[in-house]
Order: sequence, then C-alpha cells, then structure tokens
Amino acid sequence: MSANGTPIRFILDGELVSVTDVPPTMTLLEYLREHLGRTGTKEGCAEGDCGACTVVLGELDGDAMRYRSINACIRFLAAVDGKEVVTAESLSKGEAMHPVQQAMADCHGSQCGFCTPGFVMSLFDLYLNKPDADRGDVVTALAGNLCRCTGYRPIIDAGCRMGDYPTPETWSRQDAQSRERVERLKAIQHEGLMSFSSSGGSFFAPRTTAELASIYDAYPDAVLLAGGTDVGLWATKQLREFREIVHLADVAELRRIRVDGDTLEIGAAASLTDAYAGLCEHYPALQELYHRFASPPIRNAGTFCGNVANGSPIGDSMPFLLALNASVALRRGEHQRLLPLDDFYLGYQKKALEPGEFIEAVRVPLPSPGQMTATYKVSKRIDQDISAVCGAYAVTVEQGRVTAARIAYGGMAATPLRAPRAEAALLGQPWSAATMDKAAAMLAHDYTPIADMRASAGYRLTVARNLLKRFFLEHGGTTAPTRLDALATDMEGTEHVPQIH
Amino acid sequence: MSRKSTEASAGKPVKHESAQLHVTGRARYTDDIPLPPNTLHVAFGLSTVAHGRIVAMDLAPVREAPGVVAVFTAEDVPGDNNYSPAHDDPIFAEGHVHFLGQQLFAVAATSYQAARKAARLAKIDYEELPAILDIPSALAAESYVLPTRTLHRGDPAAALETAPRRLRGQIAIGGQDHFYLEGQVAAALPQDDGGMIVWSSTQHPSEVQHMVGHALGRHCHDVVIQCRRMGGGFGGKESQPALFACVAAIVAARTGRPAKVRLDRDDDMVMTGKRHDFLAEYEVGFDEQGRISALDLMLASRCGYSADLSAPVNDRAMFHADNCYYLEHVRIVSHRCRTNTVSNTAFRGFGGPQGMMAIEAVIDDVARHLALDPLDVRRINYYGIGERDLTPYWMRVEDNILEDLTTQLEESSAYRTRREAIAAFNEGSPVIKRGIALTPVKFGISFTATQFNQAGALVHIYTDGTVLLNHGGTEMGQGLYTKVAQVVAEELGLPLDRVRVSATDTSKIPNTSATAASSGSDLNGKAAQAAARTIRQRLVDLLAERYRIAPEGIRFDDGMVHIGDDSLPFKDVVTMAYNARVSLSSTGFYRTPKIHYDKDSLRGRPFFYFAYGAAVTEVAIDTLTGEHRMLRVDVLHDVGRSLNPALDIGQIEGGFLQGAGWLTSEELHWDDQGSLKTHAPSTYKIPAVGDWPREAHIRLLENAPNREETIFRSKAVGEPPLMLAMSVFHALRDAVAATSGPRAATALSAPATPEAVLRALETVTATDAETGDVAAEAGA
Repeated sequence: MSANGTPIRFILDGELVSVTDVPPTMTLLEYLREHLGRTGTKEGCAEGDCGACTVVLGELDGDAMRYRSINACIRFLAAVDGKEVVTAESLSKGEAMHPVQQAMADCHGSQCGFCTPGFVMSLFDLYLNKPDADRGDVVTALAGNLCRCTGYRPIIDAGCRMGDYPTPETWSRQDAQSRERVERLKAIQHEGLMSFSSSGGSFFAPRTTAELASIYDAYPDAVLLAGGTDVGLWATKQLREFREIVHLADVAELRRIRVDGDTLEIGAAASLTDAYAGLCEHYPALQELYHRFASPPIRNAGTFCGNVANGSPIGDSMPFLLALNASVALRRGEHQRLLPLDDFYLGYQKKALEPGEFIEAVRVPLPSPGQMTATYKVSKRIDQDISAVCGAYAVTVEQGRVTAARIAYGGMAATPLRAPRAEAALLGQPWSAATMDKAAAMLAHDYTPIADMRASAGYRLTVARNLLKRFFLEHGGTTAPTRLDALATDMEGTEHVPQIH
Repeated sequence: MSRKSTEASAGKPVKHESAQLHVTGRARYTDDIPLPPNTLHVAFGLSTVAHGRIVAMDLAPVREAPGVVAVFTAEDVPGDNNYSPAHDDPIFAEGHVHFLGQQLFAVAATSYQAARKAARLAKIDYEELPAILDIPSALAAESYVLPTRTLHRGDPAAALETAPRRLRGQIAIGGQDHFYLEGQVAAALPQDDGGMIVWSSTQHPSEVQHMVGHALGRHCHDVVIQCRRMGGGFGGKESQPALFACVAAIVAARTGRPAKVRLDRDDDMVMTGKRHDFLAEYEVGFDEQGRISALDLMLASRCGYSADLSAPVNDRAMFHADNCYYLEHVRIVSHRCRTNTVSNTAFRGFGGPQGMMAIEAVIDDVARHLALDPLDVRRINYYGIGERDLTPYWMRVEDNILEDLTTQLEESSAYRTRREAIAAFNEGSPVIKRGIALTPVKFGISFTATQFNQAGALVHIYTDGTVLLNHGGTEMGQGLYTKVAQVVAEELGLPLDRVRVSATDTSKIPNTSATAASSGSDLNGKAAQAAARTIRQRLVDLLAERYRIAPEGIRFDDGMVHIGDDSLPFKDVVTMAYNARVSLSSTGFYRTPKIHYDKDSLRGRPFFYFAYGAAVTEVAIDTLTGEHRMLRVDVLHDVGRSLNPALDIGQIEGGFLQGAGWLTSEELHWDDQGSLKTHAPSTYKIPAVGDWPREAHIRLLENAPNREETIFRSKAVGEPPLMLAMSVFHALRDAVAATSGPRAATALSAPATPEAVLRALETVTATDAETGDVAAEAGA
C-alpha cells in the first residue's frame, strides 16, 4: 500500500491523531475500534439507525467550539479531519464519572449496557448545548438511540437529572469551550484543499465552492459526499468502493442559510439541523416533521441539500419543497442555473443533473399572505422512521374559494411527486369538505403507489386521501382534536417515577 | 440465623454490577476482547433461494479475493456438521437449502471487510424447489416439523353444544426479532494441546460447548466456553450462538489461528430465528355473563425449516392458552408448521405470550359480542381459589392472587372512571379516539423439561477475605450477576464490593442449563446460596469449637463475625480457617423441588409456581392514518419478595415495552420469494424513546412473598412482564371499537401497526355495508 497527500488529523482526548494510508471509506467507528482498540463505541447496525455508535464531534465555529452528536458507524474517518472526537471513554477521568455518566448509573439507565455509550454521548450533546433541558428535550435528543432492555424510562430520568450534579473537572460546558481546545483545532485547519490517495481511492476536501466545482468537473464520476448519511451506507452495507470521493462539507460558504428577498436559500453543506432551524422560523408547522425526520445525530451530519440531491421517493424534505415551489441552484464548473424542483426528478434515482453538476443551494419561497401550508408524515414508528407516506400542502383560499393549490407526496411514486389532478379538483372550488372529497378521489389517478415492507399500496392511497382530509379539518374543518401528539402531551399528571426503597 | 441489615443485602436496590463500566464504555463484550494480530475474521455465504438443491457451488472467486485465507464448506467440518441437539441444523448446507439466508460456506480473511466482500463473490447454482413460506400454506400442505399435540380435558364438544352462546373467531399473532443491540459473535483461540477456548455471546455456554466439541470431533473437556456479558439476549442467544461458536472454532482448528465470527446486523436478522408467529382459531361456548364453559382452540405456529426449540415453545404456548382463566371443557390442538423460513427459536416468554394472546382475544371477542366491559368478562373467568383451579394440564393453581392484584390495580389506575371519561371524550372527537384495557398475566415458572431445573455455583474465599463467585447463569443485562452476588454477600454478611462475580465459564461450572425461562436467579441464586452456606458452616463449626460456643451464637454481619460477645473481622476468621486447614472453597447445587411432568400425556406439575401481574394501558388512535400512541400505563407486578427492586422494575418496564413493540410496531415482512425485507433498524421498528408513555405508574405488588420456598421468597421476573403489553393491544381494540363498533375491534390482529389498525377500522365498515348488519353499539 502506498499513500500520498495530507494525513487525516483530528483531536482525541487532547491529543493529535494523524492517520495515513487508510481507504477513504474507512469509518470513524472502524478506526476507533480496530486501530485504536477503543471499543467503548459500538456497532449495532452500521446504518445510523440504532445509535450505539454515537460520538460527539467538536468543530470550530469562529472562535468557539460547536459540539454535535453523530453516528460514527457511517462517518468516514476522512470526514472528521480538523475536528475533535469525543467518545464515552473521553468523559470519565479515572474513577470520576461525568455527570451524564453518573446520572445514567444512578438512575439504573443501563441493563445490558451495549447501547449505553451511545446514549451517554447523545445526552452529552444535550448537556453541552441545552443546560436547561426539560423532559421533552431529553426525549428529542434520544430519538436516535435504541435500547432493547430498559423501556427508556430510567434513561429519560438520567437526562432530566444530569444537570443537578456538580460541575465536572473535564467536559464541563466551560471546559468544552476552553482556549486550548479552540487553539488545538485551529492548528489543524487547512487553508486550501485537503486530499489524499490510498489503495482504496482518492479523497478531496476542497474549501471553496470554486475549488469544489472544478474538482467535481474534473472527476464527474466521483462520489459527492456531504454528511454521508446515505453514502456511508453504500460503503458499510453495499460494500462499494469509490475511486474518488469529493467531500463538500468543509466548504464554509456552502453552509450558508440566508434570506434573499422572498426566498430562503440553504447552501449545500448546511446540515439538516441548521437548515430546519431556518425553515421552521418561517414555517413553524414544519417543526413536527423536523422532530420526526431521522434522528439528531443523522440531522447533525446529513445535509438538507443532500436529502434533495439524493431524491429518494421516501425522503421527507421533498414533498413540502414541491408544494412550496422550491427550486435548486445547480452548478457545473463556472456554469450556474436555477431549476424548479418540479423538473428535477426524472425517475427513480434519476435527476436532471449533468455530469459534474451539483446542487449548490436549495431556494425555498417564503410564505405568501393567505397561504395555508402543512406537512404530514406517516410511519410505523413515531420516532426515526422512514415515511410510508408524507403529504405536503400549500393552498391559498380567498373569499371562500381556492385560488392556489400545490399538493405533493412522498412514498406514493418512484419520485417525490405532485398531484396535478387533485390540485385541479381544488382550484376555483369552495373550501369545503365536499371539495376535499373530490380532490381526495383524484389521488388514485395521480398515483400508483407500490407495496413494500413499510406499507401496502392500498394503505398508502387511503392515507394519502385521509391526509388531505386532515389538511382541511385543520384549516377550518373542525375544532375537535386531530393529532395524537396534542393528546399525548396534554395528559394530566406528572410522570410517576417508581419509588425504589 | 436471621436476615441481616447489610447495605448490600438481598432486597436492596443496588446498581447493576457493571453500571460504571457500561456508562464509561469500559465494559468489554465479546467483540471487544483484544485478540492477536493474526486473528482471522469470518463471513458467511448465504442461500439466495428459500428451497432448492445446490447444483454447483463455485467458490474460486471467493478464495482468490484479497485478504482471503481459507474457505470452509460442509466438507471442512472436522466432526459433526450440525449445531443443534435436535440434530437437524447443519453448520453448512449440504445438498439442499431450506431457507433464504441459510449458510452455505464461511470465508476467513485477514479483515472483517475483506471477508464480507469475498463472501459475496460466490457463484451458486440452484435447482429451485417449491417453498412453503407461511402458516396457512403449511397447514394446507400438512407440513409439520414436529408431531401435532393435543391437550384435552372434559368434553368440549358436548359443552359447546349445550352452551347458551357460541362464537368462532381467529387471530394472527406476528413474530418478533430479538434485536439484541449486540449481534451474534464468537471468537475462538486454539490451544497448544488441541483444546479450544471460545468466547461466545451466549445464554447457553454448556450447549455451545457440546456443539463445538462435536463439530471439532473432540470432547467436552477439550472445549472451554466463556461469556462475561452479552449485549442483550432475550432468548436469541440460547440455541443460536452454537452456530457461530462452531464456525469460529472450526476456522481456528483448521488454520491454527484465532478466529472471530461477528455478524453484521443484516446477516444477523436474516440468519437467525425469531419469535414464532402464530395463527389461532377457536370456538368458544359461554353464558350471558361471558363465563366460558367450553373452548376448542387451534394453535399453529411457524417453526421454520428445523425443530430447534419449537417443541417446548409450542408446549408452553399450550400451557399458557389459559392465561388466568379456568377452562372447564377444553381442547387445545397445537400444529408445529415446517416452513422454508429461518428456524424460529426462544424469545422471552417462549410461546407463552402467543398462547396468552389467543385466549385474551377469545375473552375480548366474547366481551364485545355481549357488549360487556372486557374486564368484567376477564374477572368472571379467573381461576378460583380452592375451586375452578385446575389447569388444562392438570396442575392446580395454588398461589392465585389475581383477585387482589386486579382490585388494587383497578382502583389505583381509576380504570372505571377513566373508561367513562374516555367514552365522553370519544363522543366529541371524531378523528382521535381513545381506548383502555386491563389485562392480567399468569406465567408458569420452571423449564417444562424437568431436567433443566438444576444449577451449580462455585464460591472461593481468599485469605484476604474477598470472595470470588461463579455460577452457571449468564449476564445479558438482566442483573443476574448482581442478584446472585447479593445473595452471597447476604449469606456471608459482607459488603457487596467484597464479592466479585466472574465470567460464566464451562470449566468452572459444568453441565449448566440455559439462562432462560426466567429461571436465572431462582436456580443460580439457590446454588450460590448453598455454596456460601457450606463455607459459612465450616467457619461456624471452627469458631464454635475454638470459642466453645453454640453455633447459634455466631452471626455474620457487615464484614464482621460476631461470636457471642466477641467480634472479629471476616478477614481474620478466614485467615484462622486457612491456618486451621479448613477449605475455603465450595460448590453449590440446586434442583427445583415439587415439579414433574409427563411429556406424553402433557400432564403434571411443570411449574414450581406462577408469577402474576396486570397492566392498564390507555391509548389514542388516529382514525385517519391508524397511527397510535400510548397515553398512560399502570402496572402492578408480582415479584414475590424482591431481590432487587431497581433491577426488577427495570425488567418490568423493559419487558412491557418490548412486548408493546411485538404487538404494535415490530413487523416482520417476507416477500413472496421468502426473502426477509425487514432486516435492519431502518425497516424493522422496535420501540424508541418516544414510545415510552408520558405517564407511567410501575409498581411491585407489596407484601407478597412467594408461597414456595424460592431464594429469599422472590419470584422470577425475566419473562412475565412482557405479557403486560397485551393491555396495549387490547386498548387499541377498544379504541377501534369506539370508532367502528365491536366487530371492527375483533378484526384487529397483531402487530397492530398503523396499517393494521386502519384496516380493522375499514374492513368491518365494508362487511357491515354488505350484510346490512349494524355493529355500531358501543363496545363496552
């Protein structure tokens, strides 16, 4: 094996780790376990769905540190270059445990213990980032961690109580932002391109959009890597090898989220976490979808534009983007163009992209007056599940009549797709239950959904119709409850913690 | 000698012995054990057809792949190509394949990824044969892996004839993947003398030892199996780890190098058996109050291609088809279907939950048919005390506490007033509907195979006064090591930190039973107690002689030994005993008393005692999508006199949610080719954190020592709480009934996924429209 180029450098427990001669698809988890013998971080699924591999990544954010949980199992080691890696082993010092760990132990939060380091790290993210976390925050933070033993109650308790412990010596909030940590990371940042080649392939991590565009133009067959929450699985599950990987997540300017006139522009490197924070400011109704979209570690790693570029028929961002008439800013080399999302998906896993062309940003129109919007996701499990059906609606009613209607669904066709016949059935009609019924009936002509392990075709179609009905019910149709969530959180009485004598 | 007040003593909610190791990432699992750098990593080549003859197997591309050291097929097994006691599970397929995912060969390579990549390069030609994939097809073809069994008491046919009311019905009950977070894994290290050490993530080290011995063509004493801890078991690591240990050992024996087999999640879910799915069909006779006089019940389960543990699993299903209810005239027929799918296996409850789901469906159907509160119908059918107490297998229920337990829970959960409030809510809520149900649990404790109800332990006391404990039970997270250490600390009057538990090891305790059937602390606690008592008695005898005092005057407490008015540190007594040449090591042995059972007549006393519990769950359903949520759960569960309330509450909560997953979100989906499509957490949905209800009241039944003489009068707790989750399922039925009427509710099968709920809501609407039958009256 020969290797050339820049070593992969990251910080672990205050020490610089410098790695050469590994394939670009080597995962962080594999490196921790197999090469460093650091086995506290576990593999439970190798697809980012169980959370046993959760670690926290520290990144520079100006002169401060920013910490976020991610899944080490699908994170390529090369994509932690320039970052600080924190694992469960990092938190304790000798026999002194971190408050997160102490709370977990005191609350009987572990049984078999295999998932525990992952839970600890998800809670550690919360500990650092939300000092006043309540039960709801704890549950949200843990949505990506599966435990098969406990029933979660003691883990939720630990999350609620971890703030009550004395400030630890290491990995307090202050320590996490210490000058040394910032300086250590600054010392390993690259001004320009970071790249290396090994027997497993080549890895390019440009720093500017121009550099990215020119490299991708030169290697149009390269795999474009952003958060790696899908590409990671190509390596861990499909065992694919890639000759070139072009990593765009370190292009700072692509992380930008900004309002440009009546449009919100989300750059290609913006994480789902950051992108949805921006979207929810303008579309608060997306909050529910956001909470059910994958899990915190996935949202921290995965990018919004990656979700769009991937174009999975069951991806959760596209239905509302289609309903809102979003567009994608594409770039190849120096050439840029703007394409309505309507025209972007050509077929299953087929996109209107030229070789070497990539999504530079997604542009989302801001709400217009009188427009009613909603997105509903339906899946087997509330948390971290893939949609059976996801429906999105943007309807404007003026003087009792529908003047604009865009409807789109995920899970109903080979691509995320609008429902032109249902839309037509709404346009110009009175905003009424009868109109909705007519529009719902048209969905059978708009879609021929498939049957798979998530849902049958019949269920998908029925639910698509019923979601349209829900949209009407929630926009003038009824005052009765229409959501489980409202009910679950309105329950009276506080949660009972078993009294153990 | 009286119970002492030591902090560590049995009954205290001490932490799991590995809690600190777990939370700091230091707890070492099988895959974490450092192995020499020349270790080989193993991956499997799997069948891609459900049933077929292997025409040709071209493994040359596998052998030539980078990093590959050797490839193994059936011909390379030094001993017996089999890994199950029933002798119908080949390590590598020979001639035929019987399910999609069956292992054909193994490839050993210098890295895990190299092995996995190479395994995919094989070229296999099959002659495909017709495959039987599900229960209805197997029943139609009379394809059985084991003979059909029948339990019969009284005259059900005649009693059905004369019953005031009769009803027929059926329910399908889905399977369940174990989804232990740690997948199957074993590592083998060849020894200089032909011996083999295998670290195996297993609930059954002795069986793994036997199977490895046979596979290597060697004997039990050549093989050592060790397991310090598992990352979850739930029954999935009872019979199945033998395959992976055998393959690791074969590779190690053949190459002379250490070898590790670790399955990735997809292979694990495809290759390993699951909870049996069941189909239950019944005819029931009852009166106007819903009291059952006769039941004719057919249970059919999907066993898969081989027997594995299907005989005792299905026996236990039959033995739990009464749950808490007296069945005067009863026939239970049990078909054990052979299918071209993975061989189903033990899973927490071991058939019991499926049997209980069947009778609970019967009860619920009867209640909805009569428009009665299902709780009233449950209670009227409860076993009596001193009468109506004979089970279908002719064991008397002597420790019945159902009435008291149910009354307590009914009151503490405010079941009746909440039922009224729910009805009022539903009146004004067309989209979201709520439902509530109380379901009881009675679960028989003991292995039905009487010979397994034995255990051994080994206690060493070293001259510094510390204790090393070993027993035949395995630690999978349930806290067994903690509980047994508490027992020993209690017996020796020591702080818990003086007792160290060590890895389960077949060279320390031989011929162990699986840590299964909830029996871990019952059996191993007693065996360890016996060992500790033996040594303690030796110390007492020595001190009695030295101090010329009656043995009754000697007490062990808090690290001290009190001899009349004198006191000595335990350590000093130990030193004294060493100097007096008194043995400070002892084995302990236990066998469960009273039990007996004739496996031909299916009669006897298979269970030492019963564990009881009940749960009230309230749910809400979204009638537009079928999605649902648990709103509140109240549990009252019987653990006798708890050995460790913290661990017991943990078992109850965890069991309950695991059961809820089984009955709601966990759906196994095979396509029509027999390919499992739900083989990873992205497609197979176990409960997540948001599924734990916001309001939960989980309590242990107080002042209820086991009436049988178990370890400190505790009761087994591993499996029974899983079945508390039947209340979730029946609360969903209740909410369906509130929407679409009682007949819709009875159409709901398990798992009650959103789609299943919506289907139940819709199916009946259609049926009613056809027949003009109005089933709209409130379903209780």
